[in-house]
Amino acid sequence: MATAAQSVPGRARTFLKNVRAGDEIAYLITFVFAASVVLITAILVFELWVKSGASIHKFGFNFLHTSTWDPVNDEFGALPFVYGTIITSILGLLLSVPLGVGAAIFLSELAPPKLSNALTFLVELLAAVPSVIFGLLAIFALVPLMRSFVQPWLISAFGWSPFFKGPPYGFGVLTASMVLAIMMFPYIISISREALIQVPREQREAALALGATRWEATWDAVVPFARLGIVGSVFLSLARALGETMAVTMVIGNDPKINASILAPGYTIASVIANEFTEATGDMHLSALIELGLVLFLITIILNGLGQLLLMLTTRQGTAR
Amino acid sequence: MLILWRKTVNGVMLTLTGICAFVTASALFLILGYLVWNGGKSLDWNFFTKLPLSPGELGGGMANAIIGSAKIVALAALIGVPVGFLSGVYIAEFSGKAMANVIRYTADLLNGVPSIVIGIFAWTLLVVPMHHFSAWAGGFALSLMVIPVTLRATEQFLGQVPLALREGALALGASKWRSVATVVIPAARTGIMTGIILGVARVSGETAPLLFTALNNQYWSKGFGEPTASLPVMIYTHAISPYEDWHRQAWAAGLVLLGLVLVANIAARMVLAKGAASQRG
Amino acid sequence: MRTNFLIGMVVALATVVPTAYAADTINAAGATFPAPIYQKWFQEYHSAHGDVQINYQSIGSGGGIRQLTEGTVDFGASDMPMNNEQIGKITKFKVLHFPTVLGGVVPTYNIEGVNAELKFSAEALAGIFIGKITKWNDAAITRDNPGVKLPNADITVVHRSDGSGTTFVWTDYLSKVSAEWKGKVGAGTAVNWPVGLGGKGNEGVSGQVKQTPNSVGYVELIYAVQNKMPYGFVKNASGAYVKATFDSVTAAAAGAAKDMPADFRVSITNASGKTAYPISSFTWLLIPDKIGDATKREAIKGFLKWMLAAGQNDAAGMSYAPLPKPIVAKELKQIADIK
Repeated sequence: MATAAQSVPGRARTFLKNVRAGDEIAYLITFVFAASVVLITAILVFELWVKSGASIHKFGFNFLHTSTWDPVNDEFGALPFVYGTIITSILGLLLSVPLGVGAAIFLSELAPPKLSNALTFLVELLAAVPSVIFGLLAIFALVPLMRSFVQPWLISAFGWSPFFKGPPYGFGVLTASMVLAIMMFPYIISISREALIQVPREQREAALALGATRWEATWDAVVPFARLGIVGSVFLSLARALGETMAVTMVIGNDPKINASILAPGYTIASVIANEFTEATGDMHLSALIELGLVLFLITIILNGLGQLLLMLTTRQGTAR
Repeated sequence: MLILWRKTVNGVMLTLTGICAFVTASALFLILGYLVWNGGKSLDWNFFTKLPLSPGELGGGMANAIIGSAKIVALAALIGVPVGFLSGVYIAEFSGKAMANVIRYTADLLNGVPSIVIGIFAWTLLVVPMHHFSAWAGGFALSLMVIPVTLRATEQFLGQVPLALREGALALGASKWRSVATVVIPAARTGIMTGIILGVARVSGETAPLLFTALNNQYWSKGFGEPTASLPVMIYTHAISPYEDWHRQAWAAGLVLLGLVLVANIAARMVLAKGAASQRG
Repeated sequence: MRTNFLIGMVVALATVVPTAYAADTINAAGATFPAPIYQKWFQEYHSAHGDVQINYQSIGSGGGIRQLTEGTVDFGASDMPMNNEQIGKITKFKVLHFPTVLGGVVPTYNIEGVNAELKFSAEALAGIFIGKITKWNDAAITRDNPGVKLPNADITVVHRSDGSGTTFVWTDYLSKVSAEWKGKVGAGTAVNWPVGLGGKGNEGVSGQVKQTPNSVGYVELIYAVQNKMPYGFVKNASGAYVKATFDSVTAAAAGAAKDMPADFRVSITNASGKTAYPISSFTWLLIPDKIGDATKREAIKGFLKWMLAAGQNDAAGMSYAPLPKPIVAKELKQIADIK
């Protein structure tokens, strides 16, 4: 802040003070609001920690690798839910990453700009569709499809393996994973596309100059450059998928068991909280549910952090010269 | 010969990626189409004006859910937007680097909290002490999801305001806060508005945080201190029920909800595109 | 700017005006077992008494008990009477149990090609739900159903995923007829199910069974009837196969009427009597004995009196059985305990 002229010290000082007071107030107001964001987040973590205290105290680390979920006898273990959460998200990734990255490549490298923008717009609108609507469609459109066609076919083709055993419920881990895959598309596509666009033109042009086909230039010269960004998008989508509640709850079958077969019903952390929270009559039950929430929160933080880190590295690498 | 192989691979892969793009884009059309088909059949005047009736009785509607959602989302916006906006102003204009990083990281953390966990938090903070499920709790929960989005949008677009503009204001003798309030923020206003609209549209479709905060209600809710019906929760309870009439209503509600969300999204993006164009031109 | 302001005013009015007419709402939550008749009752009562609005959320008996304990509802509803531990947790008031109707929990199924009414023995039901009997044409089921062609298909079991009084009634019955069930799983509103898919509420279970071929689940009678789903006969303690009907459920309560404890907490599963339906139960409203708000207190007391008189007439039409007269008389006396 440049000091005013010393010519009329008294008046200048008052003027400065007024001006600075205005600034101080603005600074203070905005600071208070910003600090409140930090405060509320801290309270959130604190509450989660405190309210899961009883459960943490009773079960300790065993919580993470026990499979019993027995409200009658107050025995709670998180393993089936952690398993369900992870398996549905990973399966969802397996289904959506090839499609998503393929689409991103098309949109960033191969499509004419107008088409690319239009399609990107549509795909990003997909991100705005609420989870419960995906669930609605899943129950009435996807589940009958799975039950009547897809699952019986899978059983007849692969039923000899432990992964495709069981009656075709329609509901189950596979169906939930498919819904998650559809919900992850927009994130994978838009972030990967951004990463690909950031790759300097010289890379592609150099490959083409050396005689590569368009595909070879893309796959061998451009994509590796954007590798970190694409992986980052995968991490971020994964983090989002882990926390998905409604769509998954409506089709996963609500069975807290670990099953090798992906056609079997399962249970995720978010689903069991949604189903049992308002009705947990025992205090230990409630505490166990909140501890599950804490576990989910921690997993999400780690994955989000990794994803952001990778993205940061990409942008730096992309623009670094 | 190698050239032929490479050319074939080229052609195949390009087509494949094109198929990928079209498949994912068409997913949106499929969803919309299904909803319009099933929901359109079920939308009638009753839906918008009547209260829900007990299962088996036809002619009910979701009037209270529509108003309830409006109340809860309005509350979320009223709490979340000022907090997010002013915090974004703080980071972008007033704070030092360290503080900015801390707040940015916290906002990202808050953004990553699964929506069901936000519901738990609002339950422990508001529902239990108040001994009431309420629209306050629901609105508060959703506001926690509005804050990070608004904060990021504000920070991002304020940062994009050219230095020349800022320096010009300061050179004319405006104080810092004056220049921010009267020059910088208006310059970034389109982008910030877009971010806010997108954020609010997103939370209007959230179900999980409302499950144990606003709960649900068959009747009109007086004020904000009572359990309040909302569209997303109604869709959920009706979809998993065995009643045909309730399924029908779930479709209709889904169509209405998706319609609102998409309209908000498209409008926001168009505003952003126009704003950006006019700034450049 | 002016248009924005106008829009804002319209939205504000739209939210305020309908709510201005909202009467003081009484909030209740709990069992899905009696939800159909409760919702009918509350709607009927509201038509007759416009100032009384009771908002009932059917979130399961466990939910009713929990929310009553937390104080977030004015009263609760449950098919499982609260046990001493749960009652002890509430310090602000004593919980008064008011039986409202009698109902039966039936095994409902959806088997491709089978429209007949199946007969289930206690061993068959326990075996299916514990996971030992996995196919529909298992001997334990076919020997009770000669003449019915049961397919060689896997049984899909559907149970409740939420804290449910209906589950309590079902598991209470299974615990009484199967020592293996009692030891392995036990009875409660939420148990560690050996097999099956979970559905939310009676609504969810009936929805799932309806949509899933070769499945079996347990629901309150009205849900099977309303959704036109077949349900089976169950072998009772006297050895007869009985279907859940008005008469068989009433017969199950006949014994209880005489020996009803003062606090109305009783289980009538596996009741003796040749015509008794073995999986019957009372369902209770859980009312605090101290209600501070005078309007709410009078409204609730008024509703209870109505429920015990005119309300009982609705029961038969909705496939529930009304309370035996001696019990009604005792309950009318208990209303006076609400202060």
